[in-house]
Amino acid sequence: MSDAVEQVEQTVETLHGCPVVYSHEQRVLLVGRDQYVAVVKALTDDGFEMCIDLTGVDYLSLPNRTVGAGVKPERFEVVVNLLSLTKRERIRLRVQVPAEDATLPTLFDVHPGTEAHERETFDMFGITFDGHPDMTRILMPEDWDGHPLRKDYDAGFIPVQFKGSNS
Amino acid sequence: MGLAQNVLDDGLGGLDHNFITARVEDLVKWARSRSSWAASFGLACCAIEMMGTGASHYDISRFGMEVFRASPRQADIMIVAGRVSQKMAPVLRQVYDQMMEPKWVISMGVCASSGGMFNNYAIVQGVDQIVPVDVYAPGCPPTPETLIHAIETLHQLIEDGEIMRRREANNGGAGVELDAQGPSAISVALGSK
Amino acid sequence: MSTVISAGTNEGGQELQSRSELTAKELFREVGSVLRLSESEAAKLAEVQTEAPEDQTMIINMGPQHPSTHGVLRLMLELQGETVLRCKPIIGYLHTGMEKTGESLTYMQGGTNVTRMDYLSPLNNELVFSLAVEKLLGIDGDIPERAVWMRMLLSELNRMSSHLLFLATNGMDIGAVSMMLYGWREREDVLRFFQKVTGLRMNHNFIRPGGVAADLPAGWREDVLNILENLPSRLEEYDILMTGQPIWRDRLQGVGAITAREAMALGATGPILRSTGVAWDLRRDVPYLRYEDVEFDVVVGQYGDAYDRYAIRFNEIRESMKIVYQILDHMPSGDYRIQNKKVTPPPRARIDESMEALIHHFKIFTEGFKVPEGEVYVGIESPRGEIGCYIVSDGSSNPYRMHMRAPSFVNIQALPHMMRGGLVADAVAVISSVDPVLGEVDR
Repeated sequence: MSDAVEQVEQTVETLHGCPVVYSHEQRVLLVGRDQYVAVVKALTDDGFEMCIDLTGVDYLSLPNRTVGAGVKPERFEVVVNLLSLTKRERIRLRVQVPAEDATLPTLFDVHPGTEAHERETFDMFGITFDGHPDMTRILMPEDWDGHPLRKDYDAGFIPVQFKGSNS
Repeated sequence: MGLAQNVLDDGLGGLDHNFITARVEDLVKWARSRSSWAASFGLACCAIEMMGTGASHYDISRFGMEVFRASPRQADIMIVAGRVSQKMAPVLRQVYDQMMEPKWVISMGVCASSGGMFNNYAIVQGVDQIVPVDVYAPGCPPTPETLIHAIETLHQLIEDGEIMRRREANNGGAGVELDAQGPSAISVALGSK
Repeated sequence: MSTVISAGTNEGGQELQSRSELTAKELFREVGSVLRLSESEAAKLAEVQTEAPEDQTMIINMGPQHPSTHGVLRLMLELQGETVLRCKPIIGYLHTGMEKTGESLTYMQGGTNVTRMDYLSPLNNELVFSLAVEKLLGIDGDIPERAVWMRMLLSELNRMSSHLLFLATNGMDIGAVSMMLYGWREREDVLRFFQKVTGLRMNHNFIRPGGVAADLPAGWREDVLNILENLPSRLEEYDILMTGQPIWRDRLQGVGAITAREAMALGATGPILRSTGVAWDLRRDVPYLRYEDVEFDVVVGQYGDAYDRYAIRFNEIRESMKIVYQILDHMPSGDYRIQNKKVTPPPRARIDESMEALIHHFKIFTEGFKVPEGEVYVGIESPRGEIGCYIVSDGSSNPYRMHMRAPSFVNIQALPHMMRGGLVADAVAVISSVDPVLGEVDR
């Protein structure tokens, strides 16, 4: 990760040591897993005081996509949306999470509001967040098998059958 | 006392009032259909329309149904209003089991009836897999008019049905066996003929 | 037919655990002391909490089937006498898998899916989805003016109907049942207008990528004016009925208070954030549509309690009416959808004449249109706070990933913080003041 970043650092805009790309005029920061919490903390000090959203994406069927700025794509991606009320700005963080070790440190200590989001991401994608106080499922029943929003999880279409009520 | 004496003395001419005769069964069915209280089982969008039906414009109290009972013990009809998720299904079944016989179920909306557009892992594809349904109301969500039509259909069913009918074919229950502990696990055949 | 299912609602680890089974950090989170406190402050809080021995507390379960939890919210409350020590919302009882379903629907069909999330403001859901898709397509600047103003009109009317429903349910939860009937009466007026315009009372799928589905019907202006003329005097009446009533004020004032720092740390938006004194409204601060061209005030509270949240919503109805009057003045003529062959089906008359138009029409509704690769996030102000849509496109006609940032999902996280130390009887007032819609909490 760091090698790849250093090569492009001369050409690409960076913020807190992470490359910045633009997607439809929106600022996106590509963050490595090891800097993740530190960068969010630094951004909080910069005025991005609210964490609006945290979610995951499973790129199973797009293994060779280009993330931008030479960042190596992984199967999972965690997307964090930060908002600055004072500057009226948004910034989006994209963190690559490999499938074989789908863990990420929690943002709970910086933004307590991500608690439910991280639980949802765990429930839907199976990405665990280290240090989260309550890493349980949130939407599915506790004994559910699998993580529904993964691309290899079937949507569960069943053929519709109409049957009369037995009353 | 006085009435009995009058009839003994003067026959029917001794009565002060007019009267009608009816079968008890008809009276019971009439009374039942006119005062069927609904258990509020609001789940999703349909619940809003169900509450809208209860509000002043559509005024469900015209059918003697304005009391949405929070406790299933006091309810006769369960209106399943909305999509039933896999997580909610056991809860729904428990509420149904807590209702007293006789009881009826209206499946309100296409999600409750068949899963609707959400044909996926999370939604039970039709609430009739969990509880027996008497009337299905179509629509997404059904307008209050549709719900009122469903309610009137159910009233007709109640009036045409047998008062002692219990779901005997299903052993008094809904054909669903519970693996829960406690008294609710024993299916009791009530009022068998 | 015989199915074996297990009755009961045991959700295992998701439930509120008894105090002795918790680690310090879990307890720390549940008592709501996670808000960036210093170590010593936190230690102090923890001390107070351990004063209640376990045999004097009771964990009660409220929901998922409870008349005042606004649907299927389940709360587990730890009580000491009448006081709420801890609270944990358990959600997922209405999980519909909409984000998964959204991946298999085309962008054209996606509106039918998202509109069912927040079923009290369906038009706002459609709006944010359409804005996101338009941004991905790169046509966000080309939407005809009439479509933009129509979207604003519908979105504001929807805000009014949603807040009227809040007044109704808030009244019902606190015991002012007559308010429920009144709130519903006014809401029906708005719904009848929606039915006239979109064909449906709820779940319209009317705002679509590229514009709206149809033009406004004849006589729409009179209908809107009718709503706007009836409402002020009635709102005045409700103001006297509720705000002017000491019981009402006592039930709400000081209940469920939250500070601005807490609200921001929890990510709460909308009336909850505004009730703490933070004037943040995306319509004013990050304008979308043409909100920079209309004048309105952002209503803010001061104490962050349930009363402020009620008063904010009440006054936002009035602000929305102000906006709608300006929209009526501005409403431009012109097309109601973009004339871009890629996303717009050919007009009905052309289909009768031309085979190509028929094929094109068929293809748009079956295959949909392809959207360039990319990812985008768009956030707008729904009646409940910031509703956001994050779409990842892989270049096909279905979204690769469609995520909705649901305001209620985040806002109900504030419940434990609002309830802690309060009375159990106030719990209902607090839930109602957050105004969650479980459809978008669980999606």
